[in-house]
Amino acid sequence: MATSDIQVAEHALQHHFADMEQQQETSTFGMWMFLVTEIMFFGGLFCAYLVYRASYYQAFVEGSQKMNIWLGATNTAVLICSSLSMALGVRAAQMGKPKLMAVLLLITIVLGCGFLGIKAVEYHEHWVNHEFPGPNFHFETGDPAHPATDPVHTEIYFSLYWAMTGLHALHMVIGVGLVTWIIIAGLGGAYSRAYFTPVENVGLYWHFVDLVWIYLFPLLYLISKKHGG
Amino acid sequence: MATAVQTVERENYLNSDYGIKSWLLTTDHKRIALLYLVSITAMFWIGGFFAMLIRLELLTPAGDLVSSDTYNKLFTMHGIIMVFFFLIPSVPATLGNFLIPLMVGAKDLAFPRVNLLSWYIYMVGAITALTAMVMGGVDTGWTFYTPFSTTYSNTHVMGAAIGIFITGFSSILTGLNFIVTIHRMRAPGMTWRRLPLFCWANYAAALIMVLGTPVVAITLLLVALERAFNIGIFNPQLGGDPLLFQHLFWFYSHPAVYIMILPGMGVINEIVTCFSRKRVFGYEFVALASIAIAVLGFLVWAHHMFVAGISVYAALVFSLLSYLVAIPSAVKVFNWTATLYKGSIRYETPMLYAFGFIGLFTVGGLTGVFLASLGVDVHVHDTYFVVAHFHYVMVGGMVMAYMAGLHFWWPKITGRMYPEAWAKLSALLVFVGFNTTFLPLFIVGYMGLPRRYHAYPPEFQVLNVLSTAGASILAVGYVLPMIYFLWSLRYGEPAPPNPWNAVGLEWMTPSPPPTHNFDETPIVTWEAYDYEHQPQEEVTVGH
Amino acid sequence: MWKNLPLFPERASALAWQVDGLYFLLLGVSAFFTLLIFALILVFALKYRRSVHPHAVQIEGSLPLELAWTLIPLGICMIFFAWGSLIYFQEARPPKGAMEVYVVGKQWMWKFEHETGQREINQLHVPIGRDVRLVMSSQDVIHDFFVPAFRVKADVLPGRFTELWFRPTKTGTYHLFCSQYCGTDHSRMIGQVIVMEPVAFQAWLSAEGATGTLPENGQQLFQQLGCATCHRFDTQGRGPNLTGVFGKAVLLDDGRTVVADENYVRESILNPGAKIVSGFKPIMPSFQGQVSEESLMALVAYIKSLAQPQPNEPGGNHAPAPEKSNVQ
Repeated sequence: MATSDIQVAEHALQHHFADMEQQQETSTFGMWMFLVTEIMFFGGLFCAYLVYRASYYQAFVEGSQKMNIWLGATNTAVLICSSLSMALGVRAAQMGKPKLMAVLLLITIVLGCGFLGIKAVEYHEHWVNHEFPGPNFHFETGDPAHPATDPVHTEIYFSLYWAMTGLHALHMVIGVGLVTWIIIAGLGGAYSRAYFTPVENVGLYWHFVDLVWIYLFPLLYLISKKHGG
Repeated sequence: MATAVQTVERENYLNSDYGIKSWLLTTDHKRIALLYLVSITAMFWIGGFFAMLIRLELLTPAGDLVSSDTYNKLFTMHGIIMVFFFLIPSVPATLGNFLIPLMVGAKDLAFPRVNLLSWYIYMVGAITALTAMVMGGVDTGWTFYTPFSTTYSNTHVMGAAIGIFITGFSSILTGLNFIVTIHRMRAPGMTWRRLPLFCWANYAAALIMVLGTPVVAITLLLVALERAFNIGIFNPQLGGDPLLFQHLFWFYSHPAVYIMILPGMGVINEIVTCFSRKRVFGYEFVALASIAIAVLGFLVWAHHMFVAGISVYAALVFSLLSYLVAIPSAVKVFNWTATLYKGSIRYETPMLYAFGFIGLFTVGGLTGVFLASLGVDVHVHDTYFVVAHFHYVMVGGMVMAYMAGLHFWWPKITGRMYPEAWAKLSALLVFVGFNTTFLPLFIVGYMGLPRRYHAYPPEFQVLNVLSTAGASILAVGYVLPMIYFLWSLRYGEPAPPNPWNAVGLEWMTPSPPPTHNFDETPIVTWEAYDYEHQPQEEVTVGH
Repeated sequence: MWKNLPLFPERASALAWQVDGLYFLLLGVSAFFTLLIFALILVFALKYRRSVHPHAVQIEGSLPLELAWTLIPLGICMIFFAWGSLIYFQEARPPKGAMEVYVVGKQWMWKFEHETGQREINQLHVPIGRDVRLVMSSQDVIHDFFVPAFRVKADVLPGRFTELWFRPTKTGTYHLFCSQYCGTDHSRMIGQVIVMEPVAFQAWLSAEGATGTLPENGQQLFQQLGCATCHRFDTQGRGPNLTGVFGKAVLLDDGRTVVADENYVRESILNPGAKIVSGFKPIMPSFQGQVSEESLMALVAYIKSLAQPQPNEPGGNHAPAPEKSNVQ
């Protein structure tokens, strides 16, 4: 077992690194840097969200009340579970158990696809209800006692909703692809106790995407249950 | 042929493999640097062509050479191409790509395949933007101010925005690669304090690329989405805030100025030390100044918005911070000048460019202080004063540094010497032409001519004619190197490993370097710029 | 020769001298440092050239020098900062009692409306020696109102008011430029500011004539749009009584206090839900898309006039008429 570990490791060592340790540290460091750029990427949208939420609070409340909180909460739970199975999968890879890893990552994929499926149901509902920004956008200010909110401002809420969750969903799709790649490579014997950096890095990515949702859910779904203020 | 030239050329990164495929699929940082060099040179000429048309149009007060729509497209495309497709990748993606692994004693960048990917992304972005231009162009100005860009412009804003969005990722990947390489790939003994200042400067620029570029990417994506779906993020008629766009845009695009200038400053460190044969004056201060610029650069964006309707107190804070960011640049200029003191100075072409850089960057930097000053900025904002200022920094500074670096490392990159006399002539032409072009524009600006004017009142004509005359000298100054560099590829004298007798790991390997850079991993035991222990050259080379 | 090749802009406002003063100081200091650097480079390059100085003397650096050239420029910069900010503060604070002109920028023209109702396009007549405050907004994209001779400039934004003021000190005709790029004919969105002697200005005003002053027009709109049904001039209205509101602090529903300035009035018309006055319900519909920029300005001028002391007018539903004395 030990010799084959080292063989796998040597095979994985790229020509420009001195040793496996350097290679491992380098890729992990690179992954963290990448996540920093991702934070800035989402950061621009969060910034826009905060500005408009402050300006059009009522409209944002009305928009958020169109969200299906139960589907959103289920999705949050699904993602947290997927992060757990991801973490366990990385641990299995570290211990040199590729089959266990594959099973755990498969669970992650199933949960990830589940998330996307539920999200698709939500998207469909919004689409049918004309809650998609653009020429077909239509929004009845829900409470006749509050005509003060302008549908145009709710449209901004929905623009940000679609942009933020859409970008997040895109990251999920990419994540599912990456995990699939790890499973195939892992079953092919690419990883061992001595070399599992890609598994770890994809794990980091998955947790990051999960974390973004942990922020999106309360910001978009749970602004306020009350009508008016 | 005075020096010993091997009759049988040894294997290097250029002759190790031939054919298109060996270039398009290469993961060698040196080859990728050359791919970038070719691409950004092409972009430079396209952008330069637009600039020439702009200057020709401005010969006369009436808008008579091109229509106003065409003129608007010309300056927009000049800006987009020069900023996003030439200046930002110029030194990092070519010289940085080529030199950083050599300077830190590594075989390659940390992620060679990511490096190649970044070039492909750059090309996809560039082709997208160029397609938008060929299909009819964009007329929003390179700044894409909303709501003009989102609602009112009838041109190909979408294509240009998406092109820049895509290219942003190439910049992010390059920056990421540099940071990781400098952190993790240094040769034994190459401590942070022994790192060439070129690496420090690129490191600082890379921080900005990684932290800033995603923000402008998402901002331009929002502009594209707003155009596509008529959503109202930046459109006041739909409740949006046009100033939010400016905040997000300048949050990146101001630091982006430092992406452009910092690597240029890095080049100057290498050249000034080499041709005065001295350790740089105040190494730590120059290194820290780079980082200080990168950090402070993120805190000054709203100085582009002093007249845009931000609050008085916000303007005060941003004015103060803008002064602070000027200080590290001043520190650098003083340190370079002090490095010359009691040196042993040679006037090779790279050094002439470096002198030009220090002088012109000083002018560019000091006029930046005018703009940081609130009372004066209100008057000169959006006039030709600003145009002159940033061309002094970008062209007088950055392009000068790029040319300096290209001459300095040309022998290393190609293994050939360039013709020194022609090179000196072109350096002179660039300096004279540049000042004739842009010095009059400071006056035009203070007199109040707004930028981006297709036609202008007749009293501004004389200075504009002078500027156009200067531009034609400048153009000759840029065409010459293009010719003699190409000429030298075939007819230039073969370059020895260290034609300038410089220190630095990149000079300790043959010219051009072998595919893996070093025959064996170097072990560094000396300080940076250790010219004290470098033997004085006996033979001068090449000329 | 200098007539065809002016190298310096005319100075025609009270502020111009201050801006130029700081500019000359900046110019002097910059010239000093630029020449210093150029001279040092030249002297070092000649004195220590390889042929006369073949062996460099290694110098590590010097902390006192580094501190000197960090702190001295910093000190100088702080002077610039302080002076520049003082000027900016004056620019940002229009003096009380300034004559007001309403400005609408649109692709590609400037529209002016004096308080007394006179309208102009691409030309603005103002009297010498009087403070003039411009209340500006744009109908489409961002424009920028720039008069080089006055050294003032401000962006003109869609969706909000911005302001700018100057006090002309020299009669004459001066360039007015749009200095924020605004599309095809950006370079033709230019005009003139004509500074006249007060008498000539009064003559111009009467010759120009106007169909009602701006507040009068605003009052008409106030009736037409039905504002008056809720905003009554007693305490019985469903909306706040607007008499005397302008320029005062207003207590909001959520406990905040805001000053009722032009932008507040504008927001209250277009996005009434944003700030609800304490004690009232958020029932006002939005007038977004129903009132033009000019109408908005007339309404603002009217509400402003309601806050001016009107000794002769009785209270009640009949709104006080604005001062007309200026015209005659």
